[in-house]
Amino acid sequence: MNCISCIDYIIIGIMVLSAVFAVEWRDLLAAVVGMAAVSLFASLLFFFLQAPDVAMTEAAIGAALSGAVFIFAIKRTRRFETEEEEKPGWWVRW
Amino acid sequence: MVSILKRSLAIITILIIGYWLAVAMSHIPFGQDKMLVGQYYLNHVKDQTGAVNAVTAIVVNYRGFDTLGEVTVLFIASTGVGALLWKRKRERTARVPGSVVLTTGTRFLFPFIVLFGAYIFIHGHLTPGGGFPGGATIATGFLLLYMAFTVYEIPHKGFEVTEGLVGMSYVAVGLIGLLIGSYFLYDWIWQTWHVGTVGKLFSGGFIPIIYILIGLKVGTELSGIIDNMLKEGVSGND
Amino acid sequence: MIEISAYYFGAIALIMIGLYAVLVKKNLLKMLVGLSIMETGVNLLLISIGYINGKSAPILSEGVGPKGAVDPIPQALVLTAIVIGVATTAMALSAAIILYEKYGTLNIEEIRRLRG
Repeated sequence: MNCISCIDYIIIGIMVLSAVFAVEWRDLLAAVVGMAAVSLFASLLFFFLQAPDVAMTEAAIGAALSGAVFIFAIKRTRRFETEEEEKPGWWVRW
Repeated sequence: MVSILKRSLAIITILIIGYWLAVAMSHIPFGQDKMLVGQYYLNHVKDQTGAVNAVTAIVVNYRGFDTLGEVTVLFIASTGVGALLWKRKRERTARVPGSVVLTTGTRFLFPFIVLFGAYIFIHGHLTPGGGFPGGATIATGFLLLYMAFTVYEIPHKGFEVTEGLVGMSYVAVGLIGLLIGSYFLYDWIWQTWHVGTVGKLFSGGFIPIIYILIGLKVGTELSGIIDNMLKEGVSGND
Repeated sequence: MIEISAYYFGAIALIMIGLYAVLVKKNLLKMLVGLSIMETGVNLLLISIGYINGKSAPILSEGVGPKGAVDPIPQALVLTAIVIGVATTAMALSAAIILYEKYGTLNIEEIRRLRG
């Protein structure tokens, strides 16, 4: 159904959607995973734009080390964005 | 009420800025040949620097002074993290050790990860990569060791001494060019001695030497940042 | 309307989403997530300017001549910018940790009211 040569449009669409989710989710661990996904898809786009050095650097630093440093900061502060959501209740967090 | 007003005002501002950026980018056609200085670099990179990878030749040889500035910014950031999070007595607070799969896999994989990172920055002038992804891969290996074992710490004294010595060696390599009689960061290996042939490992002037120094520096620096952020202060007898 | 390429649109959309997070959100760590997404968008915009149709990567091995490669200068600039981005993000996060230990909250409106 989809053409095989328009794969870069699909990847740009998934990247923008993942960025919207990263900003919107209130669980900060999920937001960090969204940010790492944006970095991963940007690394794929760097490969399509014929830039292999930049793709390797973005994959090694943006997806692995930036996410790890964020998770260490979340460990030493709070996990949820506001204080009301840390009470149990499945309908609050989404 | 106020928050809805503020949110809609922010969205309107962002849409105006986005439209203005899009109008500006529509005057730059995508995919057309608009190189001016880049064409000169591509024509002369094989005989002036001896490297095959044009991007790493620009980063180290043609624009080597900017790379020295970037190494300085990395050093300042690492020192800043260490200074902000300093406590008198710090230790790791992890309580749950990794599973058997994680510990066994880490023991097998860690030498190969360090070897792969070293391969990336030694062959910086032939294959894509260079010093920065190589150093980041080595730091990822140390991060894996931190995740698997609850009592592991990197040897602080060795890493800090290595980082300082490697940073000073970069400036020393540049000063050698000044002592010969030419400018700072002059490539004396390729342009005066003519060592090596293009396409082999022993070519590229001083690009492999500087990339080994940068790879070691970035690897130890990022490991130091991870170590500083993981440890929490333990209240002793205060 | 104006017509731009899909790569330009994706990069500008990332910059706008990051700017929205910095302007509207109240948690300090969420603002830093937005800042990091903005840096990724700017790097993508810089590299997509240097692309030329039909040319290959700027590594001049046997098959690629000096006239068959894309622009190498934006790639050298972005290689530096990515590493500096992660260093400044690490320093901003350690400042956020210090703020939490001193004030007990990460809400920027509460921190603005408490002094000392």
